[in-house]
Amino acid sequence: MNKNLVLIAALAGLTLAGCASKGSKDAGPNPGAYDNGGISTSGSGADGVGAGSAIGSGTGAAGAYSLDSKTIYFAFDQTDIDSAGQTVVDNYGRYLSSTPAAKVRLEGHADERGSAEYNIALGERRAISVARALKAVGATDAQISVVSYGEERPAAPGHDEAAWAKNRRVEIAQ
Amino acid sequence: MRLFYNLRVSLSQSVLPVLAALLVCSGPARAALDISVVGGDTGAQPIAVAPFATPPDINFDVAGIVEADLVRSGLFTALPRADMLETPSAVNQVDYRNWRAVGMENLVIGSLSRSPKGGVAVRFFLLDVYRGQQVLGFDMPAVTPDQLRVVSHQIADLIYEKLTGTKGYFNTQIAYVTASGYGLARRFELIVADADGYNPRTIAASRETLMSPAWSPDGKKLAYVGYEKGRSAIFIHTLATGELRKLVSERGINGAPVWSPDGSKMIVTLSFETNPDLYLIDIASGQRRRLTDHFAIDVEANFSPDGNTIAFTSDRGGSAQVYLMPTAGGEPRRLTFQGKQNQRPRFSPDGKSIAVVNNDGGRYSIALVDVQTGAMRKLSDGPLDESPSFAPNGAVIIYSTIGRGGAELATVTVDGRVRQRMRQPGEVREPAWGPYSR
Repeated sequence: MNKNLVLIAALAGLTLAGCASKGSKDAGPNPGAYDNGGISTSGSGADGVGAGSAIGSGTGAAGAYSLDSKTIYFAFDQTDIDSAGQTVVDNYGRYLSSTPAAKVRLEGHADERGSAEYNIALGERRAISVARALKAVGATDAQISVVSYGEERPAAPGHDEAAWAKNRRVEIAQ
Repeated sequence: MRLFYNLRVSLSQSVLPVLAALLVCSGPARAALDISVVGGDTGAQPIAVAPFATPPDINFDVAGIVEADLVRSGLFTALPRADMLETPSAVNQVDYRNWRAVGMENLVIGSLSRSPKGGVAVRFFLLDVYRGQQVLGFDMPAVTPDQLRVVSHQIADLIYEKLTGTKGYFNTQIAYVTASGYGLARRFELIVADADGYNPRTIAASRETLMSPAWSPDGKKLAYVGYEKGRSAIFIHTLATGELRKLVSERGINGAPVWSPDGSKMIVTLSFETNPDLYLIDIASGQRRRLTDHFAIDVEANFSPDGNTIAFTSDRGGSAQVYLMPTAGGEPRRLTFQGKQNQRPRFSPDGKSIAVVNNDGGRYSIALVDVQTGAMRKLSDGPLDESPSFAPNGAVIIYSTIGRGGAELATVTVDGRVRQRMRQPGEVREPAWGPYSR
């Protein structure tokens, strides 16, 4: 447990402060249950964006569990989960299946292109895609709620592919 | 703000009284949106709007607002005041040669005067320079000085209608959403402002998303989508009273509200049963009927002006496209085939065309689609245009676009000739043009 907290504190230095505080909180309830799963996030970042790749590159083969990676990214107008996203899903799936009292809220987002209400629908479709994937690795319906914000709450400003790639996402919130 | 008026227009030489009652008045005018016009010089009619004679204790430029409205339409070019050889304020003061000499076809003159009860009365004339004749003459009803903007827009409407044959749209309102900040600092406001960007009033403010404002056909209410603790809901806001009603808040999506032409029903998108589908809700009773049942996304419905047809966005064919469906029920028919995606249909007031957001594979533009033939004509260049909404006269479309400072509003005439930008700090999005004032 102490080792985990230290590791998380170290991660905080490598990633955003916001991630770190959430990470500490995530580790609170029962870290041992989903810790040491040997899951590395170093393979993440196929599209080169997001906290997943930052953490992965920072810890490398340390092999720490990571509930710090809370975001799954998507291609344009798509809902398929790539390998980096599946890593996030696997971590949270294990956490949820081993922690029946835990709940997550899946917040679906789209990039700014196209109409706002279609993007709300697309964001929901992405969040449901993640919900299905979480259930496939052991989470239950009761642990998952879904909300879509479409293009309304971008993670990154800017009007180019670099920003859009960061905004086409599902965030796992607790 | 509600404005009731009743106008009589006449060709006669005499000045006619305008019967009007300004029931509710807004506060001091201020502009939030900064407006710039692009294009509009070719083929525009030259018009001179001479400064109105104004009592020294009134500091208000009626002629300036009338001129700005007319120029903003793109159909008129105005003679700069510095080029005016005279500034008459009554018909018998006009020397038409002075206006022919500078190439004018039409001249507007007028005056303001204190009414016996302390209000301000405006009289104006529209004159045909070549014939040397009066075309319009009106005494506008006396108002308080802070209502002079409304009177100015009414005058612009009268002149526009007389010279173009199309009803003016200057005395209308727009609703839009502003968004600023990122993450926890993000803040949304739903604003209603005059069509020229003045008199913005905040209708709703939230740290959670506000979107999709929709005017009731009588202009008295605004429906919109809001979120409460992460759950979306469709609200109906009564402008005069501020009364707020939550129409529906199911699990999942509650979105894309639009009113039926008679104002009694609304189509919304709900996803609680399976995935996003269209539902018709009777507003008085709350009773609802599912209009579509498809595994694809069905969203962004819009009624034809006669209420018989519904246009909507669906990706049932593999990509988001616009479909038409009889309101009474029946199989949807795909309308759009050009481009990678077409979204967010809005019928023109005459029902003959539909404005959409067209994605040609790279750029998102506003386009007009002919309802009968499906032929498409692009009105904007993108790259990120969305949310088209017709002015009530059908001559202009307002939409959102990306400017140098982020999301801002733009308008384009339906012939694509004249565009203007409306911007303010932060993001400005989701414009909805209100109906004519009644």
